[in-house]
Amino acid sequence: MPIPSPFHERTAALCTSMRWKDWAGYYAVCSFDTSHEREYYALRHAAGLIDVSPLFKYSVSGPDAGEFLAQVMVKDVRRLEVGQVTYLCWCDDAGKVMDDGTVTRLAQDRFRVTAAEPSRAWLERYARGYRVTIHDESAEIGALSLQGPMARAVLADCCDADLDRLGFFRGTSADLDGTGVWISRTGYTGDLGYEVWVEAARATRVWDALVAAGKAHALEPAGLDAMDVTRIEAGFIMNGVDYFSANHCMIDAQKSSPFELGLGWTVDLDREPFNGQAALRAEKERGSRRRLVGLVIDWDALEALYAEHGLPPEVCSQAWRSGVPVYAAGGRQVGKATSGAWSPLLKENLALADVEASCASLGTRLDFEVTVEYERRRVPALVTRRPFFNPERKRR
Amino acid sequence: MHESSEALLSPRPKKSRYDAIVVGGGHNGLIAAAYLARAGKQVLVLERRHVLGGAAVSEEVFPGFTFSVCSYVVSLFRPHIIRELELARHGFDLIPLEASFLPLLDGEGLCRWSDPHRTRREVSRFSPRDAETLGEFSLAMSRLARFSKSIIDRPAPDPTSLAPRELLRNLRLARELGGMDADLAYLNHKLMTMSAVDFLDLWFESETLKAPMSVSGIIGTFLGVRSPGSAYVLLHHYMGEIDGAFRSWGFSRGGTGQVSLACARAARAHGAEIVCEAPVEKIRVEGGRARGVVLVSGDELEAKVVVSGVDPRRTFLGLVGEEHLDGEFARDIRRYKYRGSSGKVNLALDGLPEFTCRPGDGPHLRGDIAIAPSIDYLERAYDEAKYGDFSSRPYLNVVIPSLVDPSVAPPGKHVMSIFVQYAPYEIKEGPAHWPERREAFGDAVVETLAEYAPTLPDRILHRQVLSPWDLEQEFGLTEGNIFHGELSLEQLLFLRPAAGWARYRTPLRGLWMCASGTHPGGGIMGAPGELAAKTLLESREL
Ligand SMILES: Cc1cc2nc3c(=O)[nH]c(=O)nc-3n(C[C@H](O)[C@H](O)[C@H](O)COP(=O)(O)OP(=O)(O)OC[C@H]3O[C@@H](n4cnc5c(N)ncnc54)[C@H](O)[C@@H]3O)c2cc1C
Repeated sequence: MPIPSPFHERTAALCTSMRWKDWAGYYAVCSFDTSHEREYYALRHAAGLIDVSPLFKYSVSGPDAGEFLAQVMVKDVRRLEVGQVTYLCWCDDAGKVMDDGTVTRLAQDRFRVTAAEPSRAWLERYARGYRVTIHDESAEIGALSLQGPMARAVLADCCDADLDRLGFFRGTSADLDGTGVWISRTGYTGDLGYEVWVEAARATRVWDALVAAGKAHALEPAGLDAMDVTRIEAGFIMNGVDYFSANHCMIDAQKSSPFELGLGWTVDLDREPFNGQAALRAEKERGSRRRLVGLVIDWDALEALYAEHGLPPEVCSQAWRSGVPVYAAGGRQVGKATSGAWSPLLKENLALADVEASCASLGTRLDFEVTVEYERRRVPALVTRRPFFNPERKRR
Repeated sequence: MHESSEALLSPRPKKSRYDAIVVGGGHNGLIAAAYLARAGKQVLVLERRHVLGGAAVSEEVFPGFTFSVCSYVVSLFRPHIIRELELARHGFDLIPLEASFLPLLDGEGLCRWSDPHRTRREVSRFSPRDAETLGEFSLAMSRLARFSKSIIDRPAPDPTSLAPRELLRNLRLARELGGMDADLAYLNHKLMTMSAVDFLDLWFESETLKAPMSVSGIIGTFLGVRSPGSAYVLLHHYMGEIDGAFRSWGFSRGGTGQVSLACARAARAHGAEIVCEAPVEKIRVEGGRARGVVLVSGDELEAKVVVSGVDPRRTFLGLVGEEHLDGEFARDIRRYKYRGSSGKVNLALDGLPEFTCRPGDGPHLRGDIAIAPSIDYLERAYDEAKYGDFSSRPYLNVVIPSLVDPSVAPPGKHVMSIFVQYAPYEIKEGPAHWPERREAFGDAVVETLAEYAPTLPDRILHRQVLSPWDLEQEFGLTEGNIFHGELSLEQLLFLRPAAGWARYRTPLRGLWMCASGTHPGGGIMGAPGELAAKTLLESREL
């Protein structure tokens, strides 16, 4: 049975829809109202406040913390400045992705790692010989993701951080209405946004301050349904949906490398040994077999299929994550779409798909399986650059 | 996302000769320009005002407060235009309205939500039977709306022509409409002929439900809810499409002017030139053919075709001049009815008003708020207008877009947009006397709303009142009609704006029409602009 997050008292009072899900053993709101629509639009036009406490969080500290993390992660985190955050993934020895997450350098010898899955045992396995302490702080720290164009204005009204100088993927400690917090300019929506990290015991206080400040900026508490649509617009992958952690896979075919997931840019290959390096080097030389791509599904073709039945076209307002076969144009199956959503903002039907490398270049036309009136049909889909949505304000 | 490297507006035309000159930078003119430019034509748009958009315009009327000055919600905009012109990339962005709230003087009022069960519970407080019928009604209307799609997404059918192409077109339409079963066909006929109230009586018993529903039948017309012919426009409310589904209305982020600006950016991206503060004085006609335009500034520009994005009277009797028209056509244009009947009041608020019947600032304020407590109330409002006065207790349609779009007001403050009917253009003192009546009209509107929300007057920081006279003077809407001519049956389809001239062509070669005075009519729909451009491109006149 899931347990409450540090913000549960507040979110439960607002979750009139009773729509909850289990996120890493915690109760997490799917949508506060029966539909997530208001929350989605708040995320894109004002600000949304999402409880992301169920993320796994590890403190990695000690004189060798940087060396250690550089060895387990694909990116060389020693280069991070204090207060800098980076997004990356980590691999097993075969160069297959275990998880993706962020690493923040909180101090010279102290980092925070966030992960989608429990990772402590795995981290500890490689810690031998390093002067490093790994501490699972998942339950001790509450985290709120404040996302959207008004996010900075909301935060500016309730904390003392110098937000105008806080760059993209930078963090700072701050006083938020009398509570000490860590604020990072990060998020999972591909927009201007921040994540606020607070000691669990002080969590509700921070929630209250943000909600109070948000009132003047049309802030809405938001759930995972709304976040899911925004993360697809941002083109972000999700562990357990778009790929599976290598240590959960029964067969090799289910595993993915960073290159296959489009995370090649996070891999610092040429340096002293790190986990999976040899395999990744070999894959880089050989070329990857598959590739995760963004797809835009042709609307006119879909509309025409509905019209054959005398029906208007239908889009589900929720993001989907049931695998869907993807074919070469008019041909054989070349992969699968793993998740997708109709983007109300872009007015496009988006998907993330795992396809053979030969079909992965931008502009390639593939066929996407749809079910219209219980009939399996195909419509064209174009391989499109991710992120689908990438507003300037995200970095400005 | 929206900024293009090149400026949207040019200070003045760069050339003296164009393939096409579009007169008027309303959304239809801009869409026509975008399609023509997309086809590789050299296009110039000339707009009289300092901002683009016409009646779909956003202006910072008071510092920090941006209003959708005229039109305020979007529903009918054609989704294929969004795709073809990539308008989402150019800033087209709609936020669906969450609710439709009818405050009442006693009780809790009635709120209709997008959640059908919640709506059913609300309606059943007035009539348990109606609460269940509502679903059936929506389904029937949505089925009808599907057929009207085949009509609004194409040039008007021509029932008189025997040209093979026309016959084929009509055959295709007939086949599509043939998919309509008998019941639906009967219903369609009733919809076309009945009054909004009579039509709703076929389904519902509760006045409280029927009153606000019936109003959609009279928007922009000089009819009452009991006038025959008013039912047809009800359908418009079920024809809107947002994201595929037939759904109701949305706010445009940044105001409805952003819809026009998205169209302008698309036109610009395809190479069209757009100039503001460039009023056209005359369309130059020589040898029965439009040759170009003369600006008020005296400048002359030549064009292979002139496309008019202004209304029919302004186009033919104003810019062209009757001397260039044959008598019968000129007479039709003179007879085409405008009879503006609505006004607008825009308020800058320093906080939200509270409605007595439903206190607090809950989601009931996030959609539209209608003052339409009963059918008799609406008829009485019409009575006053019939005899040349504005309604002392008018129908109001109120929205507070800043609740969902904080970009339009300073933090914690709000903009309120109030659409008002009836405010007849022809007041008994004569239309030119509107400026003297304007503030009294504004007062009547605020007083009406204050009966339901007594805290409202104390929240008002600034007020803008637009009478039909102002709509004509400032926005160039003849007689203040919001749709470039009434959307009544005798002025629709192949009769809009004149029999025989419903296909965007005019009796003058080289002169075309592309705005709301052509099929399928007014509203932020984009269809006239798109269909005009496509028809023009097919015609090979360009
Ligand atoms: C108060 C009000 C409320 C409304 N509410 C809604 C609503 O909520 N939803 C909806 O869908 N519709 C609404 N409408 C209707 C809708 O706004 C109009 O039907 C639509 O915007 C008209 O667009 P258009 O491009 O056809 O013409 P217009 O927008 O009228 O454009 C014509 C343009 O031509 C310009 N012009 C005029 N004369 C000249 C000249 N001589 N030279 C150069 N330029 C000239 C004008 O300045 C104007 O910019 C409303 C209208 C009004 C007035």
